[in-house]
Amino acid sequence: MQGRTPGFLAASWIVARKDLAIELRTRSAFLSVVMFALLGLVIFFFAWDPTAVSAIDLAPGVLWVTFTFAGLLGLHRSFGAELQDRAIDALLVAPVEREAIYAGKAIANAIFVSAVLLVAVPAVALFYNLPLVRAVSALGLVGVLAAIGLVAIGTLFSAMAVNTRMAELLLPMLSLPFFVPIVLASAQASTRMLANRPFVDEVLPWLKILIAFDIVFAVACTVAFPHTLEE
Amino acid sequence: MSDAAVTVQAKSLAKNFGRRTAIAGVDLTLSTGECLALFGPNGAGKTTLLRLIAGLLKPTAGTVRVQGVDVRRDTHARSLVGLISHHSMLYASLTALENVEFTARLYGLPEPRAAARRALESMQVSEGARAPVRTLSRGLQQRVSIARATVHEPSVVLLDEPYSGLDEAGAAALTSLLQSLRARGATLLVVTHNVVEGLALATHAAIMTEGRFARFEQRGGAFGAGFDAQRYAAEYRELVRHAG
Repeated sequence: MQGRTPGFLAASWIVARKDLAIELRTRSAFLSVVMFALLGLVIFFFAWDPTAVSAIDLAPGVLWVTFTFAGLLGLHRSFGAELQDRAIDALLVAPVEREAIYAGKAIANAIFVSAVLLVAVPAVALFYNLPLVRAVSALGLVGVLAAIGLVAIGTLFSAMAVNTRMAELLLPMLSLPFFVPIVLASAQASTRMLANRPFVDEVLPWLKILIAFDIVFAVACTVAFPHTLEE
Repeated sequence: MSDAAVTVQAKSLAKNFGRRTAIAGVDLTLSTGECLALFGPNGAGKTTLLRLIAGLLKPTAGTVRVQGVDVRRDTHARSLVGLISHHSMLYASLTALENVEFTARLYGLPEPRAAARRALESMQVSEGARAPVRTLSRGLQQRVSIARATVHEPSVVLLDEPYSGLDEAGAAALTSLLQSLRARGATLLVVTHNVVEGLALATHAAIMTEGRFARFEQRGGAFGAGFDAQRYAAEYRELVRHAG
């Protein structure tokens, strides 16, 4: 029974849906990542001297640092399920492009980290006493752009690291240098947005940098992904 | 034998992992409806050969073609192949039905859920279909894995120790499934340590040692009546002992 093999987008969505179904079934990764993010915010909050730095200057940095590490925790599990009982082999012999597998994994990871942001952003607004609507709109917009870059890089390196004995160490070591420009641009853009600085002159250039990184990393990682699977 | 009937063709196939040679120049031609039983000691290269044919590994030298196509290059041609391994290749958190349905969707089958149900029924897993795979016994997981690999009715089925973990009923269901696949013209390549079991379906038999075919036999039909499987098994053991 030969079917009509799915196209790139359809195959990506099939893979993404499967990953999300696994996460919904277990919820273990989501709960642990959300807990990690909230605990990180709490620790930063108590370590912070409110007389030294204003909340608006500090909050975005705290969010993006916490979000980056929490995201890494979640991304690590992305290929873990594939290695268990070699499910990845069944995926690789299926009539779908390797790039579609990567895209599917990245879509699932993007939804996953966005869900973490949905909890983390209001929590930051609460802890740092930020105006909720402005915080959610500023951090939410920047968060989506940051998530795309983080996920593009993290998904690729998760595939590379998962076959190694020190995957937990290797994934952050490989990913963090590439995360630096994303964290930097995100923190700068969101700080300026929260401070109500002129959007076109001060915020937009950082958003453009973020968008450029997202495009470059998404394309480069998609092209590189099939090579990570060669034995 | 016309070229059109050739389903699996390997020419001077070689695979090295670093300095270690896993496959050292294998030539193989199998046609529609033929079945090769592949025997050999651990580390002989049997699984590597299967993985090369499935397109999971890139050959160091030589070529592999399935129905004249390089499955590593032609994505759609991969739908011709079904792979069953001693790993279940299943997602433990998903149910048996979800696992097989996921594969059916990847192969673009119409009505994937119905196709998944049929495949599970053929392996007699209807009752456990809604249970997460991690709660199933090893034997049931193997049945689900076989259903997953054959849901799209592949033209070439590669089986690596398919009977491991199966009980009597599971083994009978698998044999029946393989017979029906062969009757539909599928080409089978079965890696097993059980000579008698392997020869039951085979039209070709090979013993592999150190990445080569140390012995290769072919019969007009299956190795059934008139073939002394016990003697072949004894010769196999002797060959393996010398190779070791």
